[in-house]
Amino acid sequence: MSYSTTARQNRKLSSPASIGVYVFLISAAAFFVLPLYIMLVTSVKTMEDIQLGNIFALPVSVTLEPWRIAWNSACTGVACEGIRGGFLNSLAIVIPSTILPILLGALNGYALSFWRPRGANVLFAILMIGAFIPVQVMMFPLVRILATLGLFSSLSGIILVHLIFSMPVMTLLFRNYYLAIPQELFMAARMDGGGFLRIFFQLMLPMSVPIIIVAAIIQVTGVWNDYILGLVFAGRDNLPMTVQLNNIINTTTGVRLYNVNMAATIITSLVPLTIYFISGRWFVRGITNGAIKG
Amino acid sequence: MASVSIQNISIRIGDNDIIKNLNLDVVGGEFLVLLGPSGCGKSTLLHSIAGLNEVTDGRIEIEGQDVTWVDPSKRNIGMVFQSYALYPTMTVERNMSFGLRVKGMPANEIERKVQSVAEMLHLTPLLKRKPSQLSGGQRQRVAIGRALVREACVFLFDEPLSNLDAKLRTELRRELKLLHKQLGTTMIYVTHDQVEAMTLANRIVVMRNGCIQQIGAPCEVYEKPENLFVGSFLGAPSMNFVRGNLVTDANSVTFTTAQLSLNLAHYAFRQPPTDGQPITLGIRPEHIRISPQGNLQGIVALIEPMGSHQVVWINYCGNTFASITQQIIEYKLDEHIIFDIDVTKASLFDQVSEQRL
Ligand SMILES: Nc1ncnc2c1ncn2[C@@H]1O[C@H](COP(=O)(O)OP(=O)(O)OP(=O)(O)O)[C@@H](O)[C@H]1O
Ligand SMILES: [Mg+2]
Repeated sequence: MSYSTTARQNRKLSSPASIGVYVFLISAAAFFVLPLYIMLVTSVKTMEDIQLGNIFALPVSVTLEPWRIAWNSACTGVACEGIRGGFLNSLAIVIPSTILPILLGALNGYALSFWRPRGANVLFAILMIGAFIPVQVMMFPLVRILATLGLFSSLSGIILVHLIFSMPVMTLLFRNYYLAIPQELFMAARMDGGGFLRIFFQLMLPMSVPIIIVAAIIQVTGVWNDYILGLVFAGRDNLPMTVQLNNIINTTTGVRLYNVNMAATIITSLVPLTIYFISGRWFVRGITNGAIKG
Repeated sequence: MASVSIQNISIRIGDNDIIKNLNLDVVGGEFLVLLGPSGCGKSTLLHSIAGLNEVTDGRIEIEGQDVTWVDPSKRNIGMVFQSYALYPTMTVERNMSFGLRVKGMPANEIERKVQSVAEMLHLTPLLKRKPSQLSGGQRQRVAIGRALVREACVFLFDEPLSNLDAKLRTELRRELKLLHKQLGTTMIYVTHDQVEAMTLANRIVVMRNGCIQQIGAPCEVYEKPENLFVGSFLGAPSMNFVRGNLVTDANSVTFTTAQLSLNLAHYAFRQPPTDGQPITLGIRPEHIRISPQGNLQGIVALIEPMGSHQVVWINYCGNTFASITQQIIEYKLDEHIIFDIDVTKASLFDQVSEQRL
């Protein structure tokens, strides 16, 4: 028994195909890790150090000054208050733009797959077509609509926009997840006298944890990385971090502060990165869960 | 002890007629079993009694009250689902109390009810567990418990035992029968297992393709099947069928085939038989008697020992008959064997309409 397994392991490690796979995986990893390495190293170098020219070299002396500048005194246009404000703005946008779409998407999916109102399929089809229309096409009409509503250039405006654009994917995600849940479970709750909202909050939502996590990952990273919607709809006081980052990098007075730019970029990408690291496991689990559970 | 009356019910889903113009009266306190092959509409009928799917046409009454359009929770019905449908995120206790909590019953009363039902079903040690931590039999008990705490006046069971192994099934079947005796509540029970149907039912309703084929006491349905389908659906091994003709003359009626001639003097015909009518004779395996006094000779084709009895398959002139015998004689394959047919217990069906004669 043990003999045969070691034999199999040996074969696995040494076959040409698996060597090829390893070479591919290692070069793919290097492809992604190398830029990260350069960014990290550059962000802790002094400007003199950078001007020596070798971007792969380790820093002569490590300094955290670029990070401090990036955080609270880099210039984003006229103001020089660093990226801190953008970070808080992004948080203020991301949190409601994650919770609301998940709740509404789950509610949509629940209604579509269990209560099946008349015309539900048509509604769903329309929503799905919406998912294929490019954001740019809807931009101008949306600006006009929000302006009429008095929500243009406001925090609630940008949250509403994120909510609208997330609906197709969120609804699809939850609808498919709920379709895999036996109809009889819903019937049992109906017999027990559960109404629309009670069944949703007390039965379906607690069963949806895996898919909620998937949805949260999609929303947090999507909204955090958004640039164009934030730029157009958020208004000057609520500009998200990505827009501020762009401003920092494009605001040059004299020398380009590569180290500050790198630090600001890393800070900006920190949130999605952490989310991926913490929840990668959940992400995969949630997706397969929805697919297999029958 | 509520009666249930189903009047001219039709159910159509999409373009499919699932139930066609069905009438059924369930007496209060009765244990009624709906029996039929997979896909004949048993679950659909049950769901519409519970109000879980809409009827296209017709009327449903419970205790004389029209409930056709009443919300499921207001019909005072307890239901056990085919898949159990326990709430996976709730403990056994919360599963059972969910309906009571929805009703807004005081906590101590809920506690008391759950405790007493749990005790009756031996669930007390499991109350704090989640459904995923229970065995199939335990889940099934919880599903029954959840229906029972509601103290409904009608209980609906949708094949509650079909996912269990044979031993557990027999055990729970007995418990269900005792439960019915204890509670005396009207129960409608769906199954496609004819042994379950025979043992549990006060009356059996045999269904096929959304239509009722026969309603009657278990022995009545078994002994006097209304048509060929009912005859073949009940009983294991199935009824033996022989095609032949009726020959009548002044004072006798005979069933004849090329090889067989049976005197039907003792058969209770519903209408006077006509000469030469093509018919199918149905005969239960226990009415094919192996005995030296018999007048037919066949060859043993197969033997299935069942412990308490054995099934002997006999080849007779190109026909194969199953015979059940209690005797412990060991027959040999290809052995010649003498048997006869107890015609008094036979059923005759018209070959065209397949109805009982
Ligand atoms: N939602 C639906 N849409 C269309 N047809 C359906 C639907 N649900 C059930 N049917 C059809 O209705 C018929 C009866 O189904 P039902 O579930 O009542 O059968 P059943 O007698 O309970 O079978 P089983 O013993 O397998 O549970 C089947 O032929 C099935 O294909
Ligand atoms: Mg069924």
